[in-house]
Amino acid sequence: MALLRYESQVRAPLVEDNKDYHFVTEDICRPVEARPTRLWWIGFLFSVALLCFGIVSVTMEVIYGVNQWNLNKTVGWGWDITNFVWWIGIGHAGTLISAILLLFRQGWRTGVNRAAEAMTIFAVMCAGQFPIWHMGRVWMAFFVLPYPNTRGPVWPNFNSALLWDVFAISTYFTVSLLFWYSGLLPDLATLRDRARLKWRKFFYGLAAFGWTGSTKHWQRFEALALVLAGLSTPLVLSVHTIVSFDFATSVVPGWHTTIFPPYFVAGAIFSGFAMVQTLLVVTRKVLGLEEYITIEHIDVMNKIIVLTGSIVGIAYLTELFIAWYGANQYEGFAFMQNRLNLDSPYGWAYWIMMGCNVLSPQIFWVRKMRRNLLVTFFMSILVNIGMWFERFVIIVTSVYRDYLPSAWSTYYRPTIWEVGFYMGTFGLFFTCYFLFAKFFPVVAAAEIKHLLKKSGENYKLRMNELEDESVEAFVERHGHDHGA
Amino acid sequence: MAIKKFIVGSFDDEAVLFPAVRSVRRSGYRIYDIFTPFPIHGLDKAMGLRDTSLHTAGFIYGITGTATAVGGISWVFTYDWPLNIGGKPHFSLPAWIPITFELTVLFASVGMFLTFCYLCQMAPFVKKDHFNLRSTDDLFVMALECTDKTNEAEAVTFLQSLGAKDVKVDRRETRWWLGRYDRETKMFGMKESEAVV
Repeated sequence: MALLRYESQVRAPLVEDNKDYHFVTEDICRPVEARPTRLWWIGFLFSVALLCFGIVSVTMEVIYGVNQWNLNKTVGWGWDITNFVWWIGIGHAGTLISAILLLFRQGWRTGVNRAAEAMTIFAVMCAGQFPIWHMGRVWMAFFVLPYPNTRGPVWPNFNSALLWDVFAISTYFTVSLLFWYSGLLPDLATLRDRARLKWRKFFYGLAAFGWTGSTKHWQRFEALALVLAGLSTPLVLSVHTIVSFDFATSVVPGWHTTIFPPYFVAGAIFSGFAMVQTLLVVTRKVLGLEEYITIEHIDVMNKIIVLTGSIVGIAYLTELFIAWYGANQYEGFAFMQNRLNLDSPYGWAYWIMMGCNVLSPQIFWVRKMRRNLLVTFFMSILVNIGMWFERFVIIVTSVYRDYLPSAWSTYYRPTIWEVGFYMGTFGLFFTCYFLFAKFFPVVAAAEIKHLLKKSGENYKLRMNELEDESVEAFVERHGHDHGA
Repeated sequence: MAIKKFIVGSFDDEAVLFPAVRSVRRSGYRIYDIFTPFPIHGLDKAMGLRDTSLHTAGFIYGITGTATAVGGISWVFTYDWPLNIGGKPHFSLPAWIPITFELTVLFASVGMFLTFCYLCQMAPFVKKDHFNLRSTDDLFVMALECTDKTNEAEAVTFLQSLGAKDVKVDRRETRWWLGRYDRETKMFGMKESEAVV
């Protein structure tokens, strides 16, 4: 019976320690059912404070207009759109983990998918703030939607990349929310059935939609998850492609490049995984989930970071090459003078981007570094700084000095309200994340239980028992049970 | 109003559950349902359930989305208000691909989710009786439906012999009703004296 299983020498088990199903329930429900810790309160209140700062900043902008920001004649898109693209990019890792890795049957996604999907939703919420408040007369925001109106009717321009964005982002948000919530239903039912306190029974009873775990329901549940994953996979690629179209379909030198869609998607996954690392390195420690979100998970995600970081690096070099090879003097100026030249006003931003995104992640070729939590955490912050600068470089350095030198703008630097708005979205993001980590199961318990059958010590023990058995006895017992 | 009698037993190992399902079906008992804490692949086949048609519904919703986008945009740009955008053709299909794709995905996802909730009869404030609370934790709970002819004692012994634990005869509500989980213990259509706590 020695050939019954193959034990990989390379991959560690995805769930550590010998656990049974009830053990998993206990482990994952414990942080939800316990009182919030002092650390949680500190983090939560700090986030709420940031959020309040953001609300004040936005209020200033709404009352006094967009001139509260330092945007000028040529830099019409500054921090706001930089932040928009940055947040949207971060969201992409969640969908990649939950949808694409589901289709690729990557078992390791199970430990991290719930938190990553939540991150996606919160990041898209933050991203959506920027174009909305940038409208100035935000009470007219509904004008972007095509609805029959009494003004003609006047319809939005369906050929515009900015309208494509409206559809892409709102669809992305809706689908991510449905995918995440439908996956949560069984775990919410678990919490409901364990609840002792009245408010918990009420809240989780409401949230679980009356889930029972019937076999027929599970069958539909899996069909839904699979189709939603299949729909989300092209969706996530389309979203950042469309975001890149905002730039690529224009005629501005530095934006008008065909490489943008794949380059933006790779960058989005890159920054998204960095944010997942930032969150999970802390979450697993604080909630005591080290046996579910293992070093193995961190390792695998660092591999994706070094891969996507290198793809982004190739894209940077390709852009430079084409700027030179294309011999268009305006494009050449945008790349060679506005970006590459360290003496130009924003040269420093380009080199921060290069350093953080292309050079520093190369450290993850070393296995020891990939499995070091401190290095991982530090690198994840660095990558996010680098990816923010990538968007800043693309947006600001392309427009602040254009065709007409007399129209070159003065040095663009943000006002306190622009910075405050950005900080406010951090507040929104972390407020949501802290609430999620307290009231929802951070790890998908039902999926972990499913995984236990194939991975972990428990599985090994059971298989050992089977391997001691004679072939005849094994066939007798398991000949007709469909391999269950 | 749809309170029925069931023989309810729990299993804690799939290796025991699968042969038990086979034996139960072979012996002529009707399995009402099996409640499990996570999806068990192959259990639906073993129970003789047919495949779900949710995929087909999703496909139809998706096509509806495609048609809505292409139809709506063409109507607006060629008939209702033809805009001259840089002298380009009014019917410019390639520029509509992004929105068409997004609406296809949106319609398919939202439609499928709502259909899923409808088929499983799930919504906020919907309450259902699910036999054993530990079926969302670590037990696989099998419920056999009793008819007038069922010999209850025999069925209980039979289920026990297949490896089920805590086998008992239970009266349970089979339909959903509106309620709150922190309130009543009484089932829909049940007298207070019959309440299962």
